[in-house]
Amino acid sequence: MSTKDEMRSDILTRRAALAALGVGALALSGRRVQAQAGKPDEIKVGIATYLSGPASVFGVPARQAAELLIEELNAAGGIAGVKLRPIFFDEGPGVDHFVAEYRRLVQSEKVDLMFAAISSADCLACAPIAEEMKRPTLLWDCSTQRIFEEAHYDYVFRTIGNSTPEVLAPVLYLLKYKPNFSTVAVVNQDYVWGRDSWTMFKTIVERLKPGVRVVAEMFPRFGATDYSSEVTRLLATKPDVVFNASWGGDLDTFIRQAADRKLLERSLFVLPLGESSLERVGKSLPPGHIIGARGDHWFLHPSPEDAKRLAAFTENFRKRTGVYPIYPCFHMAQAVFAMKAAYEKALVTKGGVWPTDAELAAAFKGLQFPSLTSPVKIREDGQGLANMLVGTTVADPKYSFPILADMVVFPGEMVTTPVGKSSFEWLKTLEPDILSRVPQPVTSRG
Amino acid sequence: MSRYADLVLTLLAAAFVLALSWAVPWLRFVMTIAIAKGLAVLGILLLLRAGQVSFGHALYLSLAAYVVAFMAARIPEVLLLLPLAAVVAASIGLLVGLFVSRYRAIFFGMLNLALSMVFYSMLDKFYEVTRGGDGIRVPVTSFAGVVLSPDQQSWALLILALVLAVGFGAFVRLYLLSPMGSALSALKTREARLEFMGIPARRILLSAYVLSAFMAGCGGALIALSTRHVTPALAYWTASGELVFIAILGGAGSVFGPFLGALAYELTRTYAAALVADAWQMILGTVLLVVILFAPGGLWGIGRALVVRGRQA
Repeated sequence: MSTKDEMRSDILTRRAALAALGVGALALSGRRVQAQAGKPDEIKVGIATYLSGPASVFGVPARQAAELLIEELNAAGGIAGVKLRPIFFDEGPGVDHFVAEYRRLVQSEKVDLMFAAISSADCLACAPIAEEMKRPTLLWDCSTQRIFEEAHYDYVFRTIGNSTPEVLAPVLYLLKYKPNFSTVAVVNQDYVWGRDSWTMFKTIVERLKPGVRVVAEMFPRFGATDYSSEVTRLLATKPDVVFNASWGGDLDTFIRQAADRKLLERSLFVLPLGESSLERVGKSLPPGHIIGARGDHWFLHPSPEDAKRLAAFTENFRKRTGVYPIYPCFHMAQAVFAMKAAYEKALVTKGGVWPTDAELAAAFKGLQFPSLTSPVKIREDGQGLANMLVGTTVADPKYSFPILADMVVFPGEMVTTPVGKSSFEWLKTLEPDILSRVPQPVTSRG
Repeated sequence: MSRYADLVLTLLAAAFVLALSWAVPWLRFVMTIAIAKGLAVLGILLLLRAGQVSFGHALYLSLAAYVVAFMAARIPEVLLLLPLAAVVAASIGLLVGLFVSRYRAIFFGMLNLALSMVFYSMLDKFYEVTRGGDGIRVPVTSFAGVVLSPDQQSWALLILALVLAVGFGAFVRLYLLSPMGSALSALKTREARLEFMGIPARRILLSAYVLSAFMAGCGGALIALSTRHVTPALAYWTASGELVFIAILGGAGSVFGPFLGALAYELTRTYAAALVADAWQMILGTVLLVVILFAPGGLWGIGRALVVRGRQA
């Protein structure tokens, strides 16, 4: 057998050499030499989002929002006359592929700016690379609080809040406006966010309302399709409050199965990511449950900075996709608006001369930019200070799904961990007087 | 003469990889990952020779990657981390191998799959230690005592990967020509006869298994050192499936197969993702289907068939 192989491979060399040359030439032709001087022809933005896998329930709407917003921006002349070109890539295949794509977009496509990513693992992986490659990178959707609490970056910024305010705001809402409870239970997806958000929930409640009893802690596997045992356990232990920070198909399935067995009529649900599931679960979710939105992202926001902008976006988005925008669309808008604001700020600083990468990155520090709802500020550590909206579900004949009433918009400063502190430590030092600073609830005309 | 031909082919392939990495800087990273996976697939190829398919070799790859991630803070030296990680992977490979080498065919494949999923769950659930799905960052490491710039480090890792690929490729080629390698093929055709000859089939399979775990360990360490971030996804069954996919794509006929397959796989995935961000899986799936249906010998088989036809003409 081996002699046959020998003879064949002998001849293969010449062919292989030829083939190698051919492929090499092809690849070489792809190598472009670019010199950046003055105003570029276009601004290329690499956008990492989930186009496959369970998290595509966020990734795909976000991509649609990006396309819509960038089209609108380009139609209005782009940024200082320069048009934008988005290049989307899929986070689905995992971190090593994501990192490879990140490098490809920076080195081959020469993107000017990167929006990354939905997965916290991808954000943690790309932040140091962004720093190494000196590529301004906006963390547009991932929530892990670890990024800026564990390291310092000059090229990485987050244009949204993080997991700490996303849990703290709904819990404060619960403690302030529905304080009559003595037992809680949790059903969370079994991964970092599910565990971390529950640790935060417990820490806050222990600090601000000692004596609350935890009657069930359940962490079904990620992507579970059957919650009958969890629902049975909740029916048996009768917790006053059920905390569930899941999202996507997991949350939808859980709500439907809990509704079928009347669990939602017995316990008060606190769903920090509930806003993204409202339209899908529809009337399964009865009135009276607490819903968060990972920010003040709600198409019927009671006090948006520019009501026309929000209404126009909601309408255009619906025209294009047939559904109402959910929080990832708002997150995407924040990244787009932050980019525009930073370019404009850098241009003003330089007196109209096009900024370098470093100057653009510097412009993000302390930047205040508009969003679809209320303005967001990027702190000196790179973390965004965004308001958090929490509301209670209510039925409205105009909509086929529950909308939010008694909405509280928490100011970002109030619920975000101060610069230089660790979230878990900071939550342990919360004082009860924070409850007295919780704003009044507002109900908007639906 | 054959050794000469293989040597020339190897040098050409290495030169091709280096040239491509120089010409297209971002491909350097893709190439390093591809060669690292190729190392793990080389181990799969050894087992394939014995007719055994392991659906769990991501266990060794991810184990080594996590060893690197955990130890890099204490021993920030690539040339120490890599062998350490590979040795840990091989030791666990020995332990697991003692057990799984009793089984054949689907049982062998499924047991490997089960064990790798156990490891995946451990990585995902002991999140106090492993940071769960968010993964662990690998701190900056030195190379031979020197802290290199990111650019130099990526070259160093690529060259290290190439050296390992050439070294292991040569070793596996020798191994397959040796009585040990022939015994592997014999194990596939008729195991009973092997035993009658007085050769313990289990030990033959075990040594191939440990060797494959060692190579997967080298691959895993390289992946951790170049992506600088490890997550449990490395141990997920799809990662194991990917290795088998590459083995089929490349072809099990030669030690060049795994590396050819890995490069083709990574490049297809990269270009498919660049071309159609939302349908790259379909392109990859089509490529595999075509290979299975029309070229059971894989890419290497296609190349060889072309050469044979060319010679006859």
